[in-house]
Amino acid sequence: MAAASGSDLSSEMEVDAFRRLFPLSFHERHLLKSIRPDGRTLGKARDTIISVGAVTSANGSALTKIGCTTMLAAIKLEVMTPTVESPDEGCIAIDFHMPPICSPIVRPGRPAEAAPVVAKQLSGTILSSGMIDLKELSLVSGKAAWMAYLDIYCLDADGSLFDAALLSAVAAFSHLQIPVVSLNDEGRIVLISEDNGGGKLEKEPVNKEKRKLKLATIPLSLTCILHKNYILADPTAEEESIMETLVTVVLDSSSQLVSLYKPGGPVLAQTSAIQDCVALTRQRLKELQKILNEAISDMEVD
Amino acid sequence: MEIDRGDGRKPNQLRPVACSRGILNRAHGSASWSQGETKVLAAVYGPKAGTKKNENPEKACFEVIWKPKTGQIGKPEKECEMILKRTLQSICLLNVHPNTTTSIIIQVVNDDGGLLPCAINVACAALVDAGIPLKHLAVAICCSLAKNGRVLLDPNKSEEQNMKGFVYLAFPNSIQSVLPEGSLQVGGEPVEHGIITSVTHGAMSVDDYLLCLQRGRAACEKLSVFIRSSLK
Repeated sequence: MAAASGSDLSSEMEVDAFRRLFPLSFHERHLLKSIRPDGRTLGKARDTIISVGAVTSANGSALTKIGCTTMLAAIKLEVMTPTVESPDEGCIAIDFHMPPICSPIVRPGRPAEAAPVVAKQLSGTILSSGMIDLKELSLVSGKAAWMAYLDIYCLDADGSLFDAALLSAVAAFSHLQIPVVSLNDEGRIVLISEDNGGGKLEKEPVNKEKRKLKLATIPLSLTCILHKNYILADPTAEEESIMETLVTVVLDSSSQLVSLYKPGGPVLAQTSAIQDCVALTRQRLKELQKILNEAISDMEVD
Repeated sequence: MEIDRGDGRKPNQLRPVACSRGILNRAHGSASWSQGETKVLAAVYGPKAGTKKNENPEKACFEVIWKPKTGQIGKPEKECEMILKRTLQSICLLNVHPNTTTSIIIQVVNDDGGLLPCAINVACAALVDAGIPLKHLAVAICCSLAKNGRVLLDPNKSEEQNMKGFVYLAFPNSIQSVLPEGSLQVGGEPVEHGIITSVTHGAMSVDDYLLCLQRGRAACEKLSVFIRSSLK
């Protein structure tokens, strides 16, 4: 009924008014011509920019933008005692914040519903993909290990939050540099700062030089919307609110499926739709790999 | 090569399932579901007048509250609430009672693996007990992939931790699946083969995932026969 009255009024109404009053028929008219309101084709993702080293006080950081969605990731390392069950392993704590700046729906007293869900999804994906070997975060077996606090702040929420958050986490880990530390007389680990590292070294450093973390694989993702027979890649917030069925596919560098996340939704996913989403994700993976490598090599040149 | 499962089950064998409805007097609908040692209770209150803020008043609204067995409510519980809410929104007829809220409260009694599928099954049974109009039922199952590539259905907690990966799947189940002539086809595949929900843990190849889907579907058909008989 809404669609029929929509088409009667469309000739008399302005485009913006039609977009607000009948959002579904506005988008469907575009889909009939295989295009979306912002001019993209159905399978194309928005422009992606990655900038590493955005936060100088953190050990590793990255700022990513997919279209308008902006995420800032920062990693700080702290020394802790490892657990008894795994004395050779460090630990990673992942947290995702949606401050009120990111969206008009988020208010200071009322935390966003999406925040704990994306946080849990992120920690599940990063741990299941095996990207980081926790043994690399160990310092002295049984006594000291690194605890990495990864905090991701959403600065602008315009759809595909998980994709942008995962990309910024991966970029931040690629940029991470583990600082040089040494054991002092009381048996505690202290940081060797750049200034007095030069001449006299009374204490033997535990790790010889600043090193980067070795990443076994790099998991990257693409979120798609399923609507009737269409598959839309990389939705904006407007598209997500109208067509509610989202599928997120996470693939790693060896094309293993790390996660296929479809949290319900009005449209059922047939096997063909799943295979199409996986194919779109593979394409997107290649683009993202290129952008990520360029960003990291730009940083290293400086 | 046969795999020895801890409790002597075959790879395709599910744990013993028990379902009872109408166990809570005050709730409008309630159900309890147990698969092996995993047991979950659900209560449905609704439809109540009014929707929450930011929800569409032309449709019915659903609210899910997930209570773990011990501990405070944290991120895993919030994620389960969101997944369950979206799954149930897809199976309910939202236009029948606009501007109402239905609350579903899930209480975990014991967690021995496959918690989310149990919760989806019990929520469905509780909604049927409360008389909320549904398009079709949702049947959920957990499929896990062992390190040697075999698919094991319905793992318990110790098996889940040793597996390469596992998937929680929920499939739709309507009365038409009972009459083969009447089943709808979408692009050559029956509608019942679509998935409502899929949540994976652990990395696996795409082919392994599709294999898990097939096994999951077959198992859900058996499970749905049990559900229909118990919901009479």
